[in-house]
Amino acid sequence: MHSFGYRLNGLLTFAVTILALMCVIASLSDNLNIPSPSAEIQIMNINWFQKQPKGSDEVILTMNISADLQSLFTWNTKQVFIFVAAEYETRKNSLNQVSLWDAIIPAKERAKFWIRSSNKYRFVDHGKNLRGKEFNLTLHWHVMPKTGKMFADKIVMSGYSLPEEYI
Amino acid sequence: MVISSALIIWKGLIYITGSESPVVVVLSGSMEPGFKRGDILFLNMNKDPIRAGQIVVFNDGRDVPIVHRVIEVHEQRDSKEADILTKGDANPHDDRMLYTSSNRWLQRKYIMGRAVGFLPYVGWLTIIMTDKPII
Repeated sequence: MHSFGYRLNGLLTFAVTILALMCVIASLSDNLNIPSPSAEIQIMNINWFQKQPKGSDEVILTMNISADLQSLFTWNTKQVFIFVAAEYETRKNSLNQVSLWDAIIPAKERAKFWIRSSNKYRFVDHGKNLRGKEFNLTLHWHVMPKTGKMFADKIVMSGYSLPEEYI
Repeated sequence: MVISSALIIWKGLIYITGSESPVVVVLSGSMEPGFKRGDILFLNMNKDPIRAGQIVVFNDGRDVPIVHRVIEVHEQRDSKEADILTKGDANPHDDRMLYTSSNRWLQRKYIMGRAVGFLPYVGWLTIIMTDKPII
């Protein structure tokens, strides 16, 4: 009843339970934070807009992305993963989301930034539907905590469109 | 006591999250620095549509499931079936090369769950037990 093994077992269970409770409380403290992020994206140039040899449309564009995401960080935040996705609809698909660019923000100081970049990932349609297409650019963020629940949200910026003809 | 309480929590999680495997251990470094080898992820699987940015666990007929982020979604208007492309945060390329049987896209049926929360380091116990089977 009071053997070493039994005591060790009891101690370990207690320790793990307390640790788990601390992680849950740390995660709950994230709910107290009310974020107020802001972002703006401008398309500087459409560099390339062609049909691939196999058939689908492809776009290469340069964007100016500026954002202030400092209010997303809490003491329990390990990093914030952000990405910009183009969202549009076509005749066949009610929703298309294509991720164009992403970044990892490791600390609060780096969360207010301005960057000019062309799309990191290929913007290829599921067909040839992109001529004259209107689309939204959405900045998504995913707050990854040191422990606990992850939060994700986004800002939708609309009003962008592609040229009527291939460049 | 540790084992029985772990079992109770495991069964409780299966019931609450509605998923057959509500907890997975991160086995590779492809999602660093967010998730490191040995972290455990809590999964949730509901009828909400899969959207870009979600971290999903999928198994398209391989030995171990993969935890990566969705970077492209093409959802069809009528059937609501979607073509999905994933990529690990730390990988330079998307997962197309990894998909089994030359699929270019994933479908929802291969997705076991979405990651909603995580605990660091706890998964090392499972990795140690599988690498060096004592029990």
